[in-house]
Amino acid sequence: MLLTRTKAFKTFAVPAWDNNPINVQMLGICSALAVTVQLKTSFVMALAMTFVLATSSLIISIMRRVIPGNIRIIAELAVIASLVVLTDEFLRAYFYDISKLLSVFVGLIITNCIILGRAEGFAMSNPPHLAFIDGLGNGAGYASVLLSVGFLRELFGSGKVFGFSVIPESFYAAGYEDMGFMLLAPAAFIIIGLMAWLQKYLILRKDQ
Amino acid sequence: MVDYVSLFLNSDFAGNILLAYFLGMCSFVAVSKNLNTAIGLGFAVIFVLTITTPVNWLIFHHLLAPGSLAWAGLPDIDLSFLKLIIFISVIAAMVQAIEMVIDRFSAALYANLGIFLPLIAVNCAILGGSLFMVERNMTFMDSVVYGFGAGVGWMLAIVAMAAARIKMRYADLPTGLDGFAITMIVTGLMAMSFMLFSGITM
Repeated sequence: MLLTRTKAFKTFAVPAWDNNPINVQMLGICSALAVTVQLKTSFVMALAMTFVLATSSLIISIMRRVIPGNIRIIAELAVIASLVVLTDEFLRAYFYDISKLLSVFVGLIITNCIILGRAEGFAMSNPPHLAFIDGLGNGAGYASVLLSVGFLRELFGSGKVFGFSVIPESFYAAGYEDMGFMLLAPAAFIIIGLMAWLQKYLILRKDQ
Repeated sequence: MVDYVSLFLNSDFAGNILLAYFLGMCSFVAVSKNLNTAIGLGFAVIFVLTITTPVNWLIFHHLLAPGSLAWAGLPDIDLSFLKLIIFISVIAAMVQAIEMVIDRFSAALYANLGIFLPLIAVNCAILGGSLFMVERNMTFMDSVVYGFGAGVGWMLAIVAMAAARIKMRYADLPTGLDGFAITMIVTGLMAMSFMLFSGITM
């Protein structure tokens, strides 16, 4: 059996591209827009999100037979919130500067609809190993959007990639200027809109 | 008084919780398809934000902040790491309580808001309001004004978007641009126009 035919691979690949949580399912957009001014913060945020998503799916899937149906949302939120507190404290202890830049957005992972959506829609009805892979796949889909938006905004907004200047001095000497607009909120909306357009166009064309 | 007016205007326009801080986007994209439901959800968000932000202020400053347990003889204890869990529980509990109160006293309002109230618990604008309140060291009155202002700002944005989407229904868009993509681009243009208000100070 080919690797690409296994159920586990599909569980990973479908959310990573065809059913991308941000561009296709339109979930979890808040944080995707707010932290993408720099590539560094996007990267840390994507890692934090993938960790919480995969671990919470795993834990909720293990407990899926003992969680009573009526109070499942609260039980799921408790698992997610505990993991987010762990992540937040970890970042504050080891990456204080970045956690200052991310400000409230690490905490807002709790209310990120991707996580609750995967917990409700997948982890509650699938075995732990698949739930974990599904979490990783959704995390990868989220990360790909975050990193591309972060890359574009940092490159055009401040002429840097991961904090290193990549646009040569001679460009600035010749009159090139950084687009300050890229660092502002509206640019994030427009870039995400254009990326969603491109992705939907590619998926539609493949289906035909 | 002037401070409060200025804080209110700032949280409505230049610091709009949706257009400048991107909070509450999920329900914004999903619900702005319909003008009436957008108005209903807007009122529900104002209501919940105005109540939960001050309540969380009281809890944070009397139970969680470093040194706030001095009244109980425990001045060295810092429970602020618990704020995420406590805030989300308070919000979920308040939403549930508000739902029961509305159900008891106003059947008409309940029928209008009914479906949206539970969704508000996971709207990031609500949790974001409480977290910003902590981060910006607000006083109690600030938190009341900020909660209300942020709610009004969120409602302004979603109602404006719902109105714009009615017009867009007849637009002939290229393949793939319809739906989510064009909504985000129009939101970007709207965010730009809201930024123009940033010059206003009292």
